[in-house]
Amino acid sequence: MKAIRSMVLVSSDPVSIERGAKEVYQALQREIKEFDLENEISLTMVGDVGRHEASPLVIIYPEAVIYGPVKEGDVHFLVEEHLYKGRIAAGLQAPVRELSGKIAWLSARKGTLPAEQRIVLERAGIIDPDSIDDYIIHDGYQALAKALTQMNPEQIFDTLEKAGLRGRGGAGFPTGTKWRFVKKASGTKKYVICNADESEPGTFKDRLILEGDPHAIIEALAIAAYAVGADEGYIYIRGEYTLAQQRLHRAIEQAREIGFLGENIFGTEFKFDLHIHSGAGAYICGEETALIESIEGKRGEPRARPPYPTTNGLWDKPTLVNNVETLANVGPILRNGAQWYRSFGTPSSPGTKVYTILGKTNVTGLIEVPMGITLREVIAIYGKGIKDEKPFKLAQTGGSSGSIIPASLQDTPMDFDSFAKAGVALGSGALLICDEDTCVVDLAKVLLNFFRKESCGKCTPCRIGNQRAYEILTNISEGTGALSDLTDLALLSDNLYQLSNCGLGQTAGAPIRDILNYFRAEVEAHIRLKVCPTGVCPMSGKRI
Amino acid sequence: MTTIKSLEDLKKAREEALRKRDAKVASGTAQVIVGMGTCGIAAGARDTMKAILDTIEKDGLNGILVTQTGCIGLCEKEPIVQVIIGDQPKVTYGKVDSEVAKKILKDHVINGKPVADHVIQM
Ligand SMILES: Cc1cc2nc3c(=O)[nH]c(=O)nc-3n(C[C@H](O)[C@H](O)[C@H](O)COP(=O)(O)O)c2cc1C
Ligand code: SF4
Ligand code: FES
Repeated sequence: MKAIRSMVLVSSDPVSIERGAKEVYQALQREIKEFDLENEISLTMVGDVGRHEASPLVIIYPEAVIYGPVKEGDVHFLVEEHLYKGRIAAGLQAPVRELSGKIAWLSARKGTLPAEQRIVLERAGIIDPDSIDDYIIHDGYQALAKALTQMNPEQIFDTLEKAGLRGRGGAGFPTGTKWRFVKKASGTKKYVICNADESEPGTFKDRLILEGDPHAIIEALAIAAYAVGADEGYIYIRGEYTLAQQRLHRAIEQAREIGFLGENIFGTEFKFDLHIHSGAGAYICGEETALIESIEGKRGEPRARPPYPTTNGLWDKPTLVNNVETLANVGPILRNGAQWYRSFGTPSSPGTKVYTILGKTNVTGLIEVPMGITLREVIAIYGKGIKDEKPFKLAQTGGSSGSIIPASLQDTPMDFDSFAKAGVALGSGALLICDEDTCVVDLAKVLLNFFRKESCGKCTPCRIGNQRAYEILTNISEGTGALSDLTDLALLSDNLYQLSNCGLGQTAGAPIRDILNYFRAEVEAHIRLKVCPTGVCPMSGKRI
Repeated sequence: MTTIKSLEDLKKAREEALRKRDAKVASGTAQVIVGMGTCGIAAGARDTMKAILDTIEKDGLNGILVTQTGCIGLCEKEPIVQVIIGDQPKVTYGKVDSEVAKKILKDHVINGKPVADHVIQM
């Protein structure tokens, strides 16, 4: 990577273009060259960053200063003042508040860029996943050595709690606290499990870690086992991930050979070994108690809770279940300390989050960024704007179990607490970006179709509620809906949330709640006018 | 492989692995690294890998180390190939099909001239 010290972004929505954004961009290119700053400064045209009243905007990170409206003639002054002399170019600043005012992580990371911050993906795509030597060169197994020879379990829990690590599997439960629960649970036989089922549509962050850096998960599981007092672990991995399975098998063999798994690890009393358990394609088996049932050889149906797996898990023994990305954070935290970890992200959600960007952005793919970045920034900076300059309509987070985020919430920092406060959920990290061509009824129908098929059928609200909600949405999309359907949908959504046994049913109603909340007029148009405003729904007049 | 029983052993193993790697760099070896995640493979990374290995064998090229790595998440640019020659900085290429791979071997690895069209700025 080049050592970039500043990142300059130019807005390129239609309004900006009309007001000369392209000319400003070219002038910036010229001036940056003129001042010989090419190797220190990156210049990017980004999509719509809003604030049209002051466009075209020039945004300079890491200071997050916004200039606008910038004219071609201003550029020389701007480059000389801000980029060359390093002070804010007086008089050019946009008369608007700071872009998404509360970007706490930016001020926490003064002097660095809102560029990607790779902690869990540090080695993926760099090292040879089949080579334990490569892993060791890149500081591999040092965290395990440190944990076993210099730390007691209490210190490990403490470090994780101070670091503020929270589960990346969806619910955001504090990891150190969960580990402590398992340690405290009575019994001598305990288990640790890595949840690598990753079956949310559009989510592939765990696969990247497993395929690119399998030893990181083995190391973290060994640390977890030592801390909670387990001697056996499982990696429950979805059946479709054949390459990741091969690489894990090879990595486990290597780790056994070199003595990181087995007896007397690092010359201590600690012993630990690992099994790989392949899933068979059921979404519900990602839910931790269904996953445990599945390892036990039973149908993958969630258990009633409490008791929780931390006291009564696999074979009724105390069991720790953590997501792949959660575990991938453990090694770096133990190696570098809680303080270091807290320098990324927001105070309530430290660290980074891996997101998969899908849908209508110009660039799709996978990023790891500090917690607290906003949706607007993800779309503009990493997605390089929406295709064909269309307006952003909504984002669906999590793949299926998540929320529908309307454009009005795109400046909410993406961290557990800010999202919870706004009444939405982060989910697994998939960000499906939709433009004006997406119909909310159709989107909800697709999601409910997924839930009705993936419901395990154990409890009635979920088994029947999802089916019925899907039928009602289908009627609305056929132009045969009635206004009373909306009352029924709201009731179903509420019942799913209140009465379901597990997280699948509890979140299945969220899309319905969200579209009625944020897009009611569009839904009603399907019923009152028999028109799908985006032209997506068939409206063919059949009622089921 | 010797077993590691202490932090000291781990340090030694790391130094040993580093030494092996540095020896390769010092000998002027070129390293060609192909991104082989499921995604890279779906985009054709196996064909790219095969073309590289075939060309090396057919043309009797020496001193080229071909390895694999996982995915870096640049979906749009797969298949991705990275080239490191001696102690020069790493060059990352995107959309490397068999033909481009052959060109990279000939122009960059053998003749030292990167194939500008396919370089990704990181
Ligand atoms: C329907 C359903 C599917 C889930 N799928 C996954 C999954 O694929 N991977 C995962 O890590 N967690 C999944 N979870 C969450 C797990 O139940 C559990 O909370 C998580 O593995 C805990 O790990 P963490 O504390 O590290 O986040 C799912 C939950 C539900 C309700
Ligand atoms: S909520 Fe749905 S998936 Fe969960 S136990 Fe009940 S029927 Fe099964
Ligand atoms: S995840 Fe590997 S290319 Fe997208």
